[in-house]
Amino acid sequence: MSPAITVRNLVKSYGDHHAVKGIDLDVEEGEILAFLGPNGAGKTTTIEILEGFRPRTGGEVTVLGEDPETAPLEWRERIGIVLQESEPVPELTALEAVTMQSAYYSNARNPAEVLDIVGLTDSANQRTRKLSGGQKRRLDLALALIGNPALVFLDEPTTGFDPSARRESWDMIERLRELGSTVLLTTHYMDEAEQLSDRIVVIADGRIVARGTADELARKVNAVTQITWRPRPDDPKPPERMGWTEDAQGRAVIASNDVVVNLHALTSWATEMSVDLPELNVARPTLEDVYLQLTATSEVSA
Amino acid sequence: MSAISRLRHQVSYDLLIFRRNPAAAFFTVVLPLIFLVIFTSIFGNNTLQNGAKVATLYVPGILTLAIVSATAVNLAITMTTRRERGVLKRVRGTPISPWTFIVSQAIAGFVITLVMTVLIIVIGRVLYGVELQFDQLPILIVSLFIGAMSLSAIGIALTVIIPSEDAAPAVTNAIMLPLYFISGVFVPDTEVPGWVSTVGNLFPISHLNQALQGSFDPISTDIPIPWDHWLVIAGWGIVCGVIGIRGFRWTPNR
Repeated sequence: MSPAITVRNLVKSYGDHHAVKGIDLDVEEGEILAFLGPNGAGKTTTIEILEGFRPRTGGEVTVLGEDPETAPLEWRERIGIVLQESEPVPELTALEAVTMQSAYYSNARNPAEVLDIVGLTDSANQRTRKLSGGQKRRLDLALALIGNPALVFLDEPTTGFDPSARRESWDMIERLRELGSTVLLTTHYMDEAEQLSDRIVVIADGRIVARGTADELARKVNAVTQITWRPRPDDPKPPERMGWTEDAQGRAVIASNDVVVNLHALTSWATEMSVDLPELNVARPTLEDVYLQLTATSEVSA
Repeated sequence: MSAISRLRHQVSYDLLIFRRNPAAAFFTVVLPLIFLVIFTSIFGNNTLQNGAKVATLYVPGILTLAIVSATAVNLAITMTTRRERGVLKRVRGTPISPWTFIVSQAIAGFVITLVMTVLIIVIGRVLYGVELQFDQLPILIVSLFIGAMSLSAIGIALTVIIPSEDAAPAVTNAIMLPLYFISGVFVPDTEVPGWVSTVGNLFPISHLNQALQGSFDPISTDIPIPWDHWLVIAGWGIVCGVIGIRGFRWTPNR
């Protein structure tokens, strides 16, 4: 099966500003891929090139077998797009907005069913201007799905949402998997990428800095577990062979690749010396740490 | 769905959107009717030198105003607003052809024009005794069609120079209001200095007004088909259509 999206050495420059600096990407059919990176990393520029909204400066792009810059209108029959900022027509109801757009496609889904998929059935006859932010985002997704697309682009689908609205959106995006669509989504939330996607591509400063599943990413950065405690000023110092350092907050820190061995050494010493290791804490690296580490490295190298 | 039924579908939604837009409905439907009543009340419905009533000039003038509102003004403002709010960008992401989408706006403007024409003719007749000359009906319809299409093209061309949603009403009115005054819409062109009419005649609104006047003229016989006026209006429409198509933007400026 050929990939839904193939990108080779994609470059986009605005004068002297290089927004995208040579990206390679493959998205397989049926896959949900998250494009993760901080604001200004080049996510939206890249996704809008794939959607056919922006011309590229260099490289090769194939989306569902076509170059987005030269693809015929029929190509758009198979693509659904949720833009980052796009209002619905305020004078129409949710159902009317979806019905109007359904006529643009030759293979459209039933408008009422699509509103049901995104959970807007109860608001179907509300004018779109009266919908809440979260409901408008659902309508965005309904409009993206009405043409029964093989590929769906979601540009920051939950930015600006409160936590419960984000959860609801996640459930909705999970349903896209059941519908069999290929999905490319951008986000700057690590937890969102982890929750929703099969694979994550991390982009920073116009370059891809890592790719893989959430677990693979964690291993790639070789993240270590942090053992910390807060020694009292008059406590005896542990021996240097334990590899501890003191951080800015006055805590002792052991960066550990083998927690059991390091903890055993520390607690044996503490028992022997009758030291009680206040605020002892063992912190596994969170994906947030991994993400920060990945994107920070690129800033140094850039 | 065939191209024609797609177009019909889009026109029906564009008309629905227009009906539910209070600003558009007021400026296009209510305001011209108010102007018709006010002008005739202030300036009186006297008899002109040629024996016709003054209102025979007001009726086509107000009809011109309604057409410009329904097409150029309405499109310049709503299309800029939709562009800046990302509505047009979403449309561009769907398989509807840009032609179908834009032509539909112009056809909706023509339908509104026809409705306004009937309203203004009925009010002109009932209140002021202005008679539509029925032998002129085919010419009237051609004038309305050429006017609505060309002024729609002008509205689309205006979106090219309008940078933002906030600027849209200001820019549009700054251009249209002076034109109304020098084109015989607010002040009959028999009442203004010659040079004003000469300037007005460079622009399509004056020619639309003059082309419409013939259809309500109760005195003259053998009114010629207004080819010259149609030509100027269509010329503006074609030039602005090219500018509009070349420069049209589907994505917000910000």
